[in-house]
Amino acid sequence: MDVLSRTLQYLFTGVAIGSIYAMVALGFNIIYNCTGIINFAQGEFVMLGGMFMVTLTTVWKLPLPIAFPIAVVLVVLVGVGFERVAIHPLKAPSVLVLIMITIAGSILIKGIAMFAWGKEARYLPHFSGETPIAVLGATILPQSLWVLGSLAAVVLGLAWFFNRTLMGKAMRACAHNPAAARLVGISVKQMVTISFGLSAGIGAVAGIVITPIVLMDYQRGAMLALKGFGAAILGGLGSGPGAVVAGLLIGILESLGAGYISSHYKDAIALIVLLAVLFIRPSGLLGDTEAQRLKKF
Amino acid sequence: MRNPYYLGMLVFVGIYSMMTISLCLLLGYGGQISLGHAAFYGIGAYASSLLSARVGLSPWIGILVAMFITGIFAFLISVPVLKLRGHYLAMATLGFGEIVYIFFNSAVELTGGPSGFGQIPRLSVFGFVFKRDIDFYYLVWATVVVLLVLILNVIHSRVGRALRSIHGSETAANAMGVDTASIKMKVFVFSAVIASIAGSYYAHYVTFISPTTFDANVSILLVTMVVVGGMSNVWGALLGALLLATLPEYLRTFGDYDILIYGAVMLIIMMFAPEGLAGILSIIKRRFSRQLYRQGAS
Repeated sequence: MDVLSRTLQYLFTGVAIGSIYAMVALGFNIIYNCTGIINFAQGEFVMLGGMFMVTLTTVWKLPLPIAFPIAVVLVVLVGVGFERVAIHPLKAPSVLVLIMITIAGSILIKGIAMFAWGKEARYLPHFSGETPIAVLGATILPQSLWVLGSLAAVVLGLAWFFNRTLMGKAMRACAHNPAAARLVGISVKQMVTISFGLSAGIGAVAGIVITPIVLMDYQRGAMLALKGFGAAILGGLGSGPGAVVAGLLIGILESLGAGYISSHYKDAIALIVLLAVLFIRPSGLLGDTEAQRLKKF
Repeated sequence: MRNPYYLGMLVFVGIYSMMTISLCLLLGYGGQISLGHAAFYGIGAYASSLLSARVGLSPWIGILVAMFITGIFAFLISVPVLKLRGHYLAMATLGFGEIVYIFFNSAVELTGGPSGFGQIPRLSVFGFVFKRDIDFYYLVWATVVVLLVLILNVIHSRVGRALRSIHGSETAANAMGVDTASIKMKVFVFSAVIASIAGSYYAHYVTFISPTTFDANVSILLVTMVVVGGMSNVWGALLGALLLATLPEYLRTFGDYDILIYGAVMLIIMMFAPEGLAGILSIIKRRFSRQLYRQGAS
């Protein structure tokens, strides 16, 4: 394979994995915008999506179009349940308490997943076969197209939700100014619950479509969350388009790095990007520096 | 305490205590969260082991050099990291810890990779080798006592007050003339160096190390110990280390599922008693003394 097609191959792989980071980053953003919380359990939603899907399709033998929405709904219920039980009852918690609670949530979910599905990695068949499609000397797995398609669907769905529906608009109002939103009759607490459900759902979609490519095990969530957070930061915390661009960028960087530098340090590349962005420009590529300064961390 | 099994456990409690009481200074008093302390623990363990097992230095010199190396790492990372706050700081330190963990796993020629490496020399003084659990028990707890005295002194000093003012409001502390950047940095490096000593002790006690001992779960466990014990209380940090380091032993029947208990304990403490166990104890003490006062009055 010549350099060009090799690079192209890495790009394809990078875009597929980057789409997952983008979806995780979108999940972070939705909760962050609504509450100012970084949900450390975001990666666990992705893992749960994949795991539920494995059980529904291989144990319960449900067909794909039925299992997919059921898996998403189950994870949404977990997200909403977590918010209701652990975050909803708190009165004016400190940032440190919130960090610890979402970390505790992630440990708990991870533990339950280990209990339910065991320690070994779970396999899910590819949605539409494993015959690679040849493109300019490189190949694309059909599953990668599923991943890209899911990202597109999630982005379009979110755009429609936030711009066209009353509930979406209410959530945006909450993100801008919770006090004012409350004055016009929006239940901010309810919006927070919905934001957890929504980002759990997006995480689940990401987990379901990526499982056939990477396999899923109970502790995969943590690294996905770290990289997704890297994407959210790189794109500017809270920015939707930023999350998508940065997610793809991190995926591509990681894939090129693994191909041309060392596959051992594949995971480190994304983290070094995360640290570098935090140090140099915490507001991110597309974030607003001015707005960032006003936000409380 | 004649049972050697419990003695070995207490050695580990001591090693964890060294880290939690120093982390308590950073987290509980300074309000600066670090989710990457296992990295410093690991750097200490790997540096002193490599220096003594491969280079042939005396383990004590290895420990000192490891402290120095960890200090430099902590200093370099603290300059950019401590500009961050809250969630950003937590994620940055978590990311740093993960990078170091990946390095331990991937630099196979240096560290032995995922399978780790053994035959690390034991500590010895004038021909006396710290071989039995009881020897190590005294060494570790003597170190803990020295550290406790040191940290209690720091807390009640000017630095301690400055640190608490940073926790309250960094802007206000700055306005009052506290050099917040310098103090945060010093405490960060101090607690990292202590973690390095703990790591070296661990390595020379177990005589075998592998990367999993120093992964992100350990960082989170350390923070949990501090939080469960009671963040703004050094004794709480000690209590947290004792409880959470021994808990898995009592939960043997649960096997691997002790992770569930950790998560649940942490969640419940954070939701219902953010002040930790020390906070609960002080509430009980206050109630009790009030009752005594009432009885005395009547």
